Amino acid sequence: MNNGPDTDTVGRPPSERRPTDWKAAAVQRRTRRRYAAERRFRLIGLAAVWLSAGFLALLLASMLTQGIGGFRQTRIALPIDLAREHLPVTGDQVRGRGADLALAGAGLENAVDHAATAAYGAEAPDWLSDGAWLVVRDAVKRDPSLLRRPATIDVPVTSAIDIAARRDGPAAAEAVVARLQARGVLSVGWNLGFLTSSDSTDPTRVGIWGALKGSLLTMMVTLLLAFPVGVFAALYLEEYAPRNRWTDIIEVSINNLAAVPSIIFGLLGLAVFLNTMHLPRSAPIVGGLTLALMTMPVIVIAGRNAIKAVPPSIRDAALAVGASPVQVVFDHVLPLALPGILTGTIIGMARALGETAPLLMIGMRAFIAAPPSRLADPATVLPVQIFLWSDQVDRGFVEKTSAAIIVLLVFLLAMNGLAIYLRNRFETRW
Amino acid sequence: MSALGLLFTVAGLALIGWLVARMRAATFRRPRVARFSALPAHHGWFVGICTLAPPLIFLAVWSATAPALVTDAVLATPAAAMLPPPGFERASILSEARELGAGRSQGAFHDLAEKLAPAYARAQHRYDTIATAAALLLAFAGGALAFTRVRPDFAARTQVERGVMLMLLVASLIAILTTVGIVASLIYESVRFFRLVPAGEFLFGTHWSPQVVDSRDPGASLGALPLFWGTFFIGAVIAMAVAVPLGLMSAIYLTQYARPVTRRWMKPTLEMLAGVPTVVYGYFAALTVAPAVRELGVAIGIRWASSESALAAGLVMGIMIIPFVSSMADDSIAAVPAAMRDGSLAMGATTSETIRKVMLPAALPGVVGGILLAVSRAIGETMIVVMAASGVATLTLNPFASTTTVTKQIVDLLTGEAEFTSAKTLAAFALGLTLFAVTLALNVVALVVVKRYRESYE
Repeated sequence: MNNGPDTDTVGRPPSERRPTDWKAAAVQRRTRRRYAAERRFRLIGLAAVWLSAGFLALLLASMLTQGIGGFRQTRIALPIDLAREHLPVTGDQVRGRGADLALAGAGLENAVDHAATAAYGAEAPDWLSDGAWLVVRDAVKRDPSLLRRPATIDVPVTSAIDIAARRDGPAAAEAVVARLQARGVLSVGWNLGFLTSSDSTDPTRVGIWGALKGSLLTMMVTLLLAFPVGVFAALYLEEYAPRNRWTDIIEVSINNLAAVPSIIFGLLGLAVFLNTMHLPRSAPIVGGLTLALMTMPVIVIAGRNAIKAVPPSIRDAALAVGASPVQVVFDHVLPLALPGILTGTIIGMARALGETAPLLMIGMRAFIAAPPSRLADPATVLPVQIFLWSDQVDRGFVEKTSAAIIVLLVFLLAMNGLAIYLRNRFETRW
Repeated sequence: MSALGLLFTVAGLALIGWLVARMRAATFRRPRVARFSALPAHHGWFVGICTLAPPLIFLAVWSATAPALVTDAVLATPAAAMLPPPGFERASILSEARELGAGRSQGAFHDLAEKLAPAYARAQHRYDTIATAAALLLAFAGGALAFTRVRPDFAARTQVERGVMLMLLVASLIAILTTVGIVASLIYESVRFFRLVPAGEFLFGTHWSPQVVDSRDPGASLGALPLFWGTFFIGAVIAMAVAVPLGLMSAIYLTQYARPVTRRWMKPTLEMLAGVPTVVYGYFAALTVAPAVRELGVAIGIRWASSESALAAGLVMGIMIIPFVSSMADDSIAAVPAAMRDGSLAMGATTSETIRKVMLPAALPGVVGGILLAVSRAIGETMIVVMAASGVATLTLNPFASTTTVTKQIVDLLTGEAEFTSAKTLAAFALGLTLFAVTLALNVVALVVVKRYRESYE
């Protein structure tokens, strides 16, 4: 192969070599080809970056466009005259604690159905959400005079009509919506109940508060266990541990634990916490314990890096003025390493907050309609709630799932933002 | 007293001990003793630790032994004579009675459980009272004994520091304990499984249908080979076909070509892909990608393209892995000595020639190690396949067909309401053990490869 004009002269004395002819057609062609390859390679790299970023954009955009709808709700203006219904409650009974029970017992639900029939025809009660009468109940609690005078209250409609009103629904629902819209009684508003209520079988009534509270309780347990243990282990390994086989075993097992698939931690939690220690199923305490075992190695690794970054001169100076090894570490090294440790902890906690698989293993996938109030109460967490809703057949849950994902992503973004802020604000360069 | 109340009481006692000892030690500041060996706070910590540690250790040991003691007490009651012999039924009656007794459930399936529940509640109450009294006694005794030692010449600092060191050591031993716990629980349950199903049938059997396990020959429908293939196909073939080119080329572009501003913005953006929870990817895969993949399959003439195809799950898993591959590649390219790059450029090679022919071969061990770690992460990934892959185990090479994975089957097997002794549920632990062993091996090999490579340049 002819690689160029000077290959046949290599090895000869300089006087016999010919200079390279850069203008020769073969050289020019080869250079052009090489530059084209260079441009192609660069373009492929750029395409890879944009493609990856494009996937992220597609993911976020699809969640956002679908999820925003989950925070919206279609309502119908319902003219209701409770005075005509002769509810057996007095104005005094709807004030204070027994109000919910008194109104439910008085047949408010039937009264709402009557009002719907009177206003929009016989099939109208089927258009209302199961939670419609609760809206009326709350309105009465706010303003007991509603018991004596006619009024118009906006109440939520069923999932099918809700979807038909805001996008495209089944034909029957579309027809109903067309009729109602002609009368101008439908309105779309923000659904604050999504943030304050818990799981339900009716997609118009579901909310994420129960799951959010479960997540908060679980994260609390995780933080209280994983943070001290992780920091102490990091301090020991970095500052005191003698170089011997035991230390090596500890190090290897921590590094290995950080790479173990999360579902294995779920199996551990199932076998140890549930089947051996008989802790309650699907409770935040068990979820927190399991996630703590998973988060601890992350904190140890981040902590060790932060501690390593503290220069030895700090330790030498403290030792020189008479501090004991424990005082050196707790009074000088730890405060300086703390921002780095906190950054790592927040990132580990963010991972734990988004974790689903191990919690499925310990039974956190039950239908829980009441938010947990204690650590041993049955609970669910936000990612598991998302998983459960994604399995629902009812189309109304699609929006709710994406809306819950938005809430989860907002939390994760806030945590990661805090980590970045901490790193930038307190990071010291020695 | 509830467990939390007891903990707070003990902690309160420790705080009181700390304050009192500190105040007392503060009065030592007289010239009577030439030199203190401890600050007042050290005396405080000494008393505080002595108050707190004994009841905590006691409670830790107690919480491990108390359930057995309670069960023994219940078994001694006359009603327990009616219990069936040891086995699944007995265990389930006892656990129902326990839940009833603790007030965690309302009704029971077995009548006997209702009869045993009061006995459980009584025994639990009795042992709780004993534990509370013992814990408080230990706290008082520990605190009082420690307080008598608070003297000017007492080296409280040495004692406290010894305690601190012990605490740090125990904290780092928890990591070993977790590893041992994982290995022990997986092996224990797997051994029970392999007693029912021979290991050979499980590992090399090609028929997997846990819905119809024949109790006489459970191995016939618990052959996990299709699962291993599905896991490998989705995690190591399809996902890597997406993640390796994209991750590697992104890393190359961002480190070698991009302007600093682009790099500063694009690198965290790509890392966001790793921060998205897997359940979100799973939802994305099931809702958006899977139907699109099915349409594509139909469009290119595969009529039976599945809506739970291996391709959809693998594709999304690959996207999730991109930042992982990219940061590993980034690290190993950055570790190539600048002299090699500069030398190649000085010889007249273009940037792409330098990257392809000099830097990538030099960085290859690191890149390969990174890919192995990425594979280990992909095959352990659960939620994407749980939500987007199918439950039908098939040995197929077609990416549009449905395939299942080990992690998906673990979830499916353990979230049913099956009893905990059947071959079906135990199979989940055998699968877990296999998964653990494989990911461990991949991680170790990857670390060895990376380490050997790093040594050659330092």
